[in-house]
Amino acid sequence: MSMILGMLPSVLMIVAPILITAIGGMICEKSGVVNIALEGLMAIGACTAAAAHVLMEGSGMPHNLSLFLALVMGLVVGALFSVVHAVAAINLNADQTISGTGINLLANGVTIFASQILFNADRTKEFRMGMQTDGLGVYPTAYIALAVVLLSWFVLYKIPFGMHLRACGEHPGAAESVGINVKKMRYIAVISSGLLAGLAGGCVVLTQTIQYTSNTINGRGFIALAAVSFGRWRPLGVTGAALLFGTAQAFAIIANNIPALRVLPTEVFNILPYVVTLAALVLFSGKNYAPSAAGKPYEKGAS
Amino acid sequence: MNKRTQKLLQSDGSVSVLVVLLGFLVGTILVALVGKNPLNMYKALLQSLSGYNIDNGRMNVRYIGETLNYSVPFILCGLSMGFAKRVGLFNIGGEGQYIMGMTVAQAVALLGPQIQTLHWMLAILSAIVIGALWGGVVGVLKAKYEVSEVVSTIMLNYVALYLSRIICLQLPGATTYKTANFPQTALIGNTFFQKITNNSLLNNGIFMMIIAVVVYWFIMEKTSLGYGMRATGFNKDAARASGIPVVKSISISMAISGAFAGLAGGIVALGSFKYGRVISGMDGYGFDGIAVALVGNCTALGTTLAGLLFGMLKNAQALMQGKQIPKEITFIIQGLIVIFIALRSALKLYQEYLDKKQLQKEVGVK
Repeated sequence: MSMILGMLPSVLMIVAPILITAIGGMICEKSGVVNIALEGLMAIGACTAAAAHVLMEGSGMPHNLSLFLALVMGLVVGALFSVVHAVAAINLNADQTISGTGINLLANGVTIFASQILFNADRTKEFRMGMQTDGLGVYPTAYIALAVVLLSWFVLYKIPFGMHLRACGEHPGAAESVGINVKKMRYIAVISSGLLAGLAGGCVVLTQTIQYTSNTINGRGFIALAAVSFGRWRPLGVTGAALLFGTAQAFAIIANNIPALRVLPTEVFNILPYVVTLAALVLFSGKNYAPSAAGKPYEKGAS
Repeated sequence: MNKRTQKLLQSDGSVSVLVVLLGFLVGTILVALVGKNPLNMYKALLQSLSGYNIDNGRMNVRYIGETLNYSVPFILCGLSMGFAKRVGLFNIGGEGQYIMGMTVAQAVALLGPQIQTLHWMLAILSAIVIGALWGGVVGVLKAKYEVSEVVSTIMLNYVALYLSRIICLQLPGATTYKTANFPQTALIGNTFFQKITNNSLLNNGIFMMIIAVVVYWFIMEKTSLGYGMRATGFNKDAARASGIPVVKSISISMAISGAFAGLAGGIVALGSFKYGRVISGMDGYGFDGIAVALVGNCTALGTTLAGLLFGMLKNAQALMQGKQIPKEITFIIQGLIVIFIALRSALKLYQEYLDKKQLQKEVGVK
């Protein structure tokens, strides 16, 4: 029992950014736009936050203010890049998987390119101090994630705005007919997902490492994408999926300290989260819970 | 807009060329904006394409060989993506299928029977088979359990990465990053190519790639299997109604798709390296294959040309870094190209707008 409690802070540290991103992805799909660019948007947020923190820390800014501004900048830049996806998917009826893939590839290049220009290296400079844990050993990112989940649940299910947004993902034609501006709703949803992915990228880099490298995000955005469908497009389900994944990943770190498990190669535990997700997707398959218009472009006036 | 430009914008090929040029244009502007000389980028590209170094006037054919060699996995992964795309599936799992192909080829190379010719053939064949299995699983999951292929392929990519480490660490002479050297019988080097391209790594893999391109073209255009697949891609329900087995079609096409990526992994393992690699990250050929297929419109010829372009970009990376241009500009250009491909749907909207205008004018005249 004490071991499980001891694991909790590291589980929360791993879960928080994945959960924040997944909630963004969920909001996006609820409005009818699939966003597989989450991975790239996280990378862009992480790189921005890391670079901003290094530069501001170096200029003698108070530590907490610097961290806060770095997160905000990651969030803003993430949102800016998501506008590309929004324009492609909403205005130009583009294939959403293709434009998402494009942003992912672009993010690979842009983040390291920026590091080369700013720091003359293929990574950002190390910052002296990242986020600090509170008295319970928990990073502030866990509380941010909690706030994001509660807020998303409240907005999506408790106020008319959320119902309108969900209507756009289920039946955009019907939504339009009762006076909902489908394009505007979808813009809001896509940009929120970019904003949350950017924020989550900042959370990863400021809690789990000391600099941004091409390996920092390492599939977390894709995991978040899986968590959305595994969590059946509901805030509680997505939270559960992210927690399960985070526990599986934290277990890989903990397993190193348990003699009985040390005989197995660490890679076995690294695989675990992905296999668990796959198995869960197969087990809970059958009825399709996805918003029915997700991934389909909406043309006004078309039947 | 006159008739000729209109026709040009409707042809897939010319749009691809336009999209690539746009990608380079924005990339060039970006390089100029950060205060570097874009000309250096093009000098590097010229050298990677033709071997000619414009600064000192020297010619080195090795660069041509390397560009061709880099193109091989790009083209094969492009075929992998393209094959699935034709049935309406988005195979992001090329990377995982590539890794599994590479891993199994390495294992067979180190443990297989050391018999001339048979040894490397066995290794390559195993790579193809494991790639097909790794892709086929995705097809079954999709067809039977309705698991989105986008999510399942991404999961399988990471499973492949760590599984590859587990397997390769057990191979003879394994350290944390490499295994023992391959026996001579497992290699697919080509002494003639080495001689004419000044010792580049160009190898027999290029012949296998050419065979794969022909097979791809043949299945797609000349067989009823390909016809059924394309029909499924165009309209799943119509295909089902006309008696095409959609579930079988999806599973088989994902398996064939995976086979191409697996072959790419086998060729890179035995052609470009003399030892097995214990990888800690992904090579990225599978992901770039998505872009290759999209630029090539998923046709055999288009994908080949796009793969050559990507091979040239990859080979130019080191040259660019030597000329103070961050090599990541090539990734940016690739990303931009894919985004512009997504935006090409705007052309259709523009066309509809023009048609509407035209109609209004005609009605107005009357």
